[in-house]
Amino acid sequence: MDFQVVVLAGGNSKKLTPLISKDVPKPLLPVANRPLLYYVLHQLRESNLKDLIVVVEGEDAALHVGSWISKTFVDGLHVKIAAVPEDIGTAGALRAISHHLTAKDILVVSGDLVSDVPPGAVAATHRRHDAAVTAMLCSVPVSGSLESGSSGGKDKTKKPGRYNIIGLDPCKQFLLHIATGSEIEKDSRLQKRILHAVGQMEIRSDLMDAHMYAFKRSVLQEVLDHKDTFQSLKQDVVPYLVRSQLKSEALLNGISQAEENGNEKLSSPNNQVLDSKILANASTPSFHELYSMEPDGSAQTRKTHKCCAYIASSSSYCVRLNSIQAFMDINRDVTGDADHLLSDTSSDRDNIIGPSPKLGSKTTVGPHCMLGEGSEIGDKCQVKRSVIGRHCRIGSHVKIVNSVVMNHVTIGDGCIIQGSVVCSNVQLQERVVLKDCLVGAGFVVTMGNEYKGESLARKEK
Amino acid sequence: MGAQKKGATARVSEDPEELARNPLQAILLADSFATTFRPITLERPKVLLPLVNIPMIDYTLAWLESAGVEEVFVFCCAHSKQVIDYLESSQWSSQPNFSVATIESHNSISAGDALRLIYERNVIHGDFVLISGDTVSNMLLTQALQEHKERKKKDANAIMTMVVKQSKPSPITQQSRLGTDELFMAINPVTKQLLCYEDKAEYSKGFISLDKTLIADNPSIILHNDKQDCYIDICSQEVLSLFTDNFDYQHLRRHFVKGLLVDDIMGYKIFTHEIHSSYAARIDNFRSYDTISKDIIQRWTYPFVPDVLCGSTAIKVERQGTYRASDVTLSRSAHVGSFTFIGQGTKIGNDTKISHSVVGKGCTIGSNVTIEGSYIWNNVTIEDGCQLRNAIVCDGVIMKSGAVLQPGVILSFKVVVGHQFVVPAYSKVSLLQQPTQQDSDEELEYADSTSGTGELQSEKLNGDIAPDLSETASELGTGGVGYIWSVFEGVQDEEWRHSVAPIPTDKLVKLMLDEDEEQLTQDGNVLSASGELKADSDDNGSEDENNEDSRDDYVFFEKEVEATFLRAVHENVKVDHAVLEVNALRLSYNMASVDCAGAIFYSMMKLAVESPHSSASELLKNAAEMITKWQKLLKSFLHDIDEEIEVILKFEEMCLESAKEFAALFPQVLHLLYDKEILQEDAILRWADEKEGADESDKVFLKRSEKFIQWLKEAEEEEDDD
Repeated sequence: MDFQVVVLAGGNSKKLTPLISKDVPKPLLPVANRPLLYYVLHQLRESNLKDLIVVVEGEDAALHVGSWISKTFVDGLHVKIAAVPEDIGTAGALRAISHHLTAKDILVVSGDLVSDVPPGAVAATHRRHDAAVTAMLCSVPVSGSLESGSSGGKDKTKKPGRYNIIGLDPCKQFLLHIATGSEIEKDSRLQKRILHAVGQMEIRSDLMDAHMYAFKRSVLQEVLDHKDTFQSLKQDVVPYLVRSQLKSEALLNGISQAEENGNEKLSSPNNQVLDSKILANASTPSFHELYSMEPDGSAQTRKTHKCCAYIASSSSYCVRLNSIQAFMDINRDVTGDADHLLSDTSSDRDNIIGPSPKLGSKTTVGPHCMLGEGSEIGDKCQVKRSVIGRHCRIGSHVKIVNSVVMNHVTIGDGCIIQGSVVCSNVQLQERVVLKDCLVGAGFVVTMGNEYKGESLARKEK
Repeated sequence: MGAQKKGATARVSEDPEELARNPLQAILLADSFATTFRPITLERPKVLLPLVNIPMIDYTLAWLESAGVEEVFVFCCAHSKQVIDYLESSQWSSQPNFSVATIESHNSISAGDALRLIYERNVIHGDFVLISGDTVSNMLLTQALQEHKERKKKDANAIMTMVVKQSKPSPITQQSRLGTDELFMAINPVTKQLLCYEDKAEYSKGFISLDKTLIADNPSIILHNDKQDCYIDICSQEVLSLFTDNFDYQHLRRHFVKGLLVDDIMGYKIFTHEIHSSYAARIDNFRSYDTISKDIIQRWTYPFVPDVLCGSTAIKVERQGTYRASDVTLSRSAHVGSFTFIGQGTKIGNDTKISHSVVGKGCTIGSNVTIEGSYIWNNVTIEDGCQLRNAIVCDGVIMKSGAVLQPGVILSFKVVVGHQFVVPAYSKVSLLQQPTQQDSDEELEYADSTSGTGELQSEKLNGDIAPDLSETASELGTGGVGYIWSVFEGVQDEEWRHSVAPIPTDKLVKLMLDEDEEQLTQDGNVLSASGELKADSDDNGSEDENNEDSRDDYVFFEKEVEATFLRAVHENVKVDHAVLEVNALRLSYNMASVDCAGAIFYSMMKLAVESPHSSASELLKNAAEMITKWQKLLKSFLHDIDEEIEVILKFEEMCLESAKEFAALFPQVLHLLYDKEILQEDAILRWADEKEGADESDKVFLKRSEKFIQWLKEAEEEEDDD
């Protein structure tokens, strides 16, 4: 498949401090003992999308990520690592690596997506409609519903949040409207022109833009070049393409077509007519084609491009790790209901419970837990719904509930850890009590301290 | 007419008990409270106009009967006597199990008034069908009624079910095939609840906006542009009392439906019922008259087609959809084409060609006449060599030989078209003179003089015809009788939209081009909107939004004040009243009197700029007049110095933005305001002081008025000296 994949892996995210640091950039943040980026790359490999560009913010982070990828995905993936400056936005990052893009279509995936939706299906949808952009949409995660069957412990009766307002055509194939960010809180303004062309539009607030897009390369580059104020794919580029889908001559002023139909001159309007015909060569006439026709039904004068939607089935798992809460949820889900995300064969060296567990006597490890390789747990400990990384040393009488403990963590006797994240190389001395805390890498919590709802991190040197 | 035979077989079988308790009732509005069928409706009520040779109301009544309605209340207002007389003489007065009662009113000007009157009569005892007398349908009510009843049982607030039908408007004209304007409806796909109804959606051109609360409450909404409102409503009794409670509800859709949708306190709900295979349409304008006539001839409305309604002995259907009464006299060489109706006793001469048309009873059509797509009512005389295309010709019209009707012509009753006269396209010709008052569209809709007073008017005018004959002769050629109505300014361009004639292709092409042009201009908007989008910085986002909101509020407030002010100017409202109105606005928008002062001053100056002037001095004169005349209004909001400063700031802003013409006159106007004691010198001086520290660019006007301020300062010092 002539598809290039751009994985926007990011690097530093303020929302995830203190979980990530210089040594652990966001793509390498362990989620159920695997770097976050693993989940995306794994899905891409499964879909046979192997021509990858991984975009990382910051040179150092890029080095870290690069070395990890070359270790893990030795075979099968053709990965290029590109470092871009921080804070230039997703569109900015693509602009920076635009010269690397050569394939006909580009799949852009956010590196923090943990999902079992096959990217190949999105790509295929894109190809089938010859769309300018195809966005993957998934159901809005209802907090509490995923684990309700199994644990039921943390069942908050939360109203499902609204992340996007999405307009779809009656066949749910085309994306007619998309609102993100602050627009959601305002009254929706829907373009009449699109509505006229389609007849009816379904407006959904229970779908979420999962930040996996397939773009036609020519269109993407054109937009990036001409709209240099666009910073974000999600907030600028995709809404712009959706908005302008029925009047794309302003956008695709001949350049993209010239590349595709190289031998044609674009001096006369007749050629443009031809172009739009070529552009819209899908098998069945869509409303785009109908719209672009003259009243007498012959020539096509208006240019359109298609914006498609791939709607993931409601049973599929699809969450972006963009907050601490999401981090906790994903850890819980991946070890629990969505454990099929882990069930692969190749680079798998982790079981739910590591190969050489050293559990003390009368220690219980509940379901939906994960215990990394080489970790040791002392006597009379309780581990429930938690993830424990590799090579951790956990003393006796320790209780770990609903928490994530990363690698090389030392936990003294009698500690109680609830709803917390303990990063790598942390040392918890005896009888420490943590409740809903975040402990940054390398932090030392001294004996007997109790913290509640705090974020503890070492001062950056 | 024999509809009752059909009706008996198609009768809805319903629970007999329930039927016994509550016979299904219907309210039929025999007045459209609109003027779309003028000039014809000046002389005859719309519901009695023939539709393929049968009065419209017969179609509606026949359908109601077949759908199981047992009691119909016909509400008549305009030409009520004609309607009552017709019903009394017709078969409807003597039907078993189907009673037709009339309710007469002379002063109702809207559907709202009609329903309020019916409520007072206390004749409706349960669910009822609300329909107007110009509706043609063959749908079965059973399912819709049942759905309505079930919903009502579960939720007492579900008081109305609207019947809708698939009909995609033309992408170019944005009109349905019935000639009605496009309609946007938001419907919940699961419950079928109607969430939004927008039939006049031009105000936010290019966009339609959906309230955020709707989206919050419904995870999925389908916004339809492809549905047609059939104007068949199944209502619960509460609907009538709602009209009484809300005495300002006039229009069924614009006020009642929208009112209910917006009102979230009472929580009344409206649902929709979509019909797929059956027919339902309302004759709203001449275009829908044309479309529905064709549908009837093509038998989409079966069993409500002429041969069934009139009894199959009188009218025979021939090949290619030709309907011919038994006693038509047709010349051998005459050619009657497809989809044409020829009524009883009509004579057609040699070599005459008729196609896609309806010719009524007792017409005399000469030789070599061409009739295409036209509707000729009863007893019309068309002499040799006439040509008619897409016209409506009412009873008793005489077209002298060689006369030509161009597409879209309406000839009202008894008009005479002179020899070889060509009636221009889209003309409306009547024996009656055009009513002189040129109301805006909106007002016409409600305060329609046809309702109630129409009859009187027509009688009076009839008397006037004789002396005017000599005058009018010129208007319709030699021997012609009638007035060609002039088209209101502005409506002229739109005449083709609702005409019987098909839309000419050049119009379509023009529309296409216009739209493309509009696209180009809108592109700018799209880009600016995207510019707005990128303001995604987290820290000040919410603040921006708040500011924006309050600014929006202010903009609306300012507009309202301006409108109030303009009304005050045009209608010579007393200053005290204007003050009262502005104060009311201030309270409702929660504004300070500072804002009022600013807004009033803004409106004054805007009007001054907009009134005609050729030079700066004239503009100054305009402004001076304006200020002199309305100073009292302005002063009522200038309680202290801050408000006066606001006026200066506002003026400065205007000079920079909306009314640059004033820029040069800034000091003069300032002086004027000082002279009229609107601004005290303290205010001006403080403004000057404040501006002293501002940016260079901000001080443009300060510099311009330096002299004046200097003078003020000196005056002050002198005073101090005294």
